[in-house]
Amino acid sequence: MANVLAFAEQRDGQLGSAAREAVSVAAGLAEASGGAVHALVLGGPGVSGAASGLGAYGASMVSVGEHDALVEYNPEAWVGLVVEQVRSGDYAAVVFAATTLGKDLAPRVAALLDVPLASDVTGVEMSSGTVSVTRPVFSGKAFARLEIDATPALVSIRPNVFQATERAAAGEVSTFTPELDASALRVRVVERKGASEGTVDVSEASVVVSGGRGMKDPEHWGLLENLRDALGSDVALGASRAVVDAGWRPHGEQVGQTGKTVAPKLYIAVGISGAVQHLAGMRTAKTIVAINRDADAPIFSVADYGIVGDLFDVVPRLTEEIGALRSSD
Amino acid sequence: MNVIVCIKRVPDTEARIRVDGSGAAIDKTGIKYDMSPYDAFAVEAALRLKETTGEGDVTLLTLGDSSSQETLRKGLAMGADRAVLLTGDVSLDGLATAKTLSAELEGMDADLFLFGIKAADDDQQQVGPMVAALTGRPCVSGVSSFEVAGGTATCNREVEGGSEVVEVDLPAVLCMTKGPNEPRLAALKGIMAAKKKPLEEKPAAEIASRVRLTGLSEPPARAAGRIVGEGADAVPELVRLLREEANAV
Ligand SMILES: Cc1cc2nc3c(=O)[nH]c(=O)nc-3n(C[C@H](O)[C@H](O)[C@H](O)COP(=O)(O)OP(=O)(O)OC[C@H]3O[C@@H](n4cnc5c(N)ncnc54)[C@H](O)[C@@H]3O)c2cc1C
Ligand SMILES: Nc1ncnc2c1ncn2[C@@H]1O[C@H](COP(=O)(O)O)[C@@H](O)[C@H]1O
Repeated sequence: MANVLAFAEQRDGQLGSAAREAVSVAAGLAEASGGAVHALVLGGPGVSGAASGLGAYGASMVSVGEHDALVEYNPEAWVGLVVEQVRSGDYAAVVFAATTLGKDLAPRVAALLDVPLASDVTGVEMSSGTVSVTRPVFSGKAFARLEIDATPALVSIRPNVFQATERAAAGEVSTFTPELDASALRVRVVERKGASEGTVDVSEASVVVSGGRGMKDPEHWGLLENLRDALGSDVALGASRAVVDAGWRPHGEQVGQTGKTVAPKLYIAVGISGAVQHLAGMRTAKTIVAINRDADAPIFSVADYGIVGDLFDVVPRLTEEIGALRSSD
Repeated sequence: MNVIVCIKRVPDTEARIRVDGSGAAIDKTGIKYDMSPYDAFAVEAALRLKETTGEGDVTLLTLGDSSSQETLRKGLAMGADRAVLLTGDVSLDGLATAKTLSAELEGMDADLFLFGIKAADDDQQQVGPMVAALTGRPCVSGVSSFEVAGGTATCNREVEGGSEVVEVDLPAVLCMTKGPNEPRLAALKGIMAAKKKPLEEKPAAEIASRVRLTGLSEPPARAAGRIVGEGADAVPELVRLLREEANAV
């Protein structure tokens, strides 16, 4: 009857897909362990307002730590609170989302609890009390199956891979105000440079439109922006390393081995040859479309659908057709 | 300012990974190895810091088998001053690795401990922050560049959809991502000099792994892709397939 804890990440006070997916995966594990799902949310005053919504994904209890010093993520302020929550419950497993925040926080929690962590998993299950996971290794060129010989088993789940499924539970919220001394923190965020309003990060978007050297010039990115806008919301721009190194696009958009790993519903590669290091970052996308004028480009070997042709003809037409399709919905 | 950089020897990013007959290990034939790419960014950052401050030593630390000597020599050829190789098994339990490294780091005197954000073989992205937690040092991960002044490091940190400027008190752990400074290639002079630099090899503290590998598999081959057609005329058919078959738009 062991319970499972989900760390539910809020951003700007909102509980998004990272939180829903973590709670949902925890609920799947709790079904196997016969226990309940607890969720932990940390944030600024008022964040508890959104927390009861996690009940819809299976959380029976949601602990919400609210404090001015928790508005923004600071590992020094957060890690102790998570460790305390884990220690206070007799959890079989703890689930984090492998976001930038989760990837920073979870290993610290693991080290302080002295239990291993399986990072960025794409599959997780529990049977007879043992948690086993599947996770990509060698940048997705292989998958490892692992059993975790420790309790609680700590996992972080790759964003966009697990479906957030609705399962009604109480979602009872209890709010607490931790004691924190912001002046004692050895790590201080002094400035935050956000991307422009409303843009989605490439690692989290459900659709990614990526451009490579075939785009020829950074000025041509307007073509990709138009396609992005035609595809709707939750769409991000991505890039190959060649164009990032050339200074055409910011590193935050780079997809691949030395960039971000993405697993969107749809990945559209435009003028990208498909080097192994690029494929490493996007091969787990559900559907891959490639537009390239070279029929032998390696990107076609992983693409579900390809068009061989000049991107300067194909992309505007694609934007037009998708726009037409979506406006007729 | 003394800097320690933890680096790992991993298959080259071009390597074709195949699972061997045991189903639990990779087939090592023909695989070339190299310093993990983000670790190379960390080494570069350490060398630049030494060059700008004009003082301090850069020490490299690796846990691995004796073939890791080659990787350490490469770092020495780039310009690091000395290297330590802890010989021992590397498991998929990042905490076991972190404990082994921490046992050594505890006794080492440095202001900065640099890690790659993730190793290009197990992709765990955990050893750096774990070492920080185990050794009680503050840590910033995802650092693309940093400057040091007056007992603090000011770091540019990449986060979803933007970046942050984060200050951290020294001594600190920084986990480096790709930054503006491409890792340098070792010049011939550096390669010659590296042969004479100290490389200490000693057995690692043994820490049992609590993560058991039960199988390794190659990714399911993606169903043979389809060339929908050529040029803009193929677009209507592509859009139809995306809607009706893939349910993606
Ligand atoms: C250690 C290491 C790490 C790396 N990490 C990454 C990484 O994280 N991400 C990454 O992307 N790369 C990475 N790389 C680089 C990688 O090897 C490739 O060099 C890079 O991905 C190539 O980018 P590209 O496809 O945009 O350019 P190119 O390989 O030059 O391909 C351009 C493509 O555009 C097509 N094209 C040109 N004009 C047109 C047109 N008018 N219409 C249609 N198609 C056109 C061409 O046919 C070609 O296929 C890494 C390399 C190393 C060594
Ligand atoms: N065996 C090792 N020896 C030295 N450093 C390591 C080792 N494994 C991991 N590291 C360091 O920890 C970073 C993160 O590794 P990982 O958590 O395995 O992705 C790497 O980039 C290295 O800096």
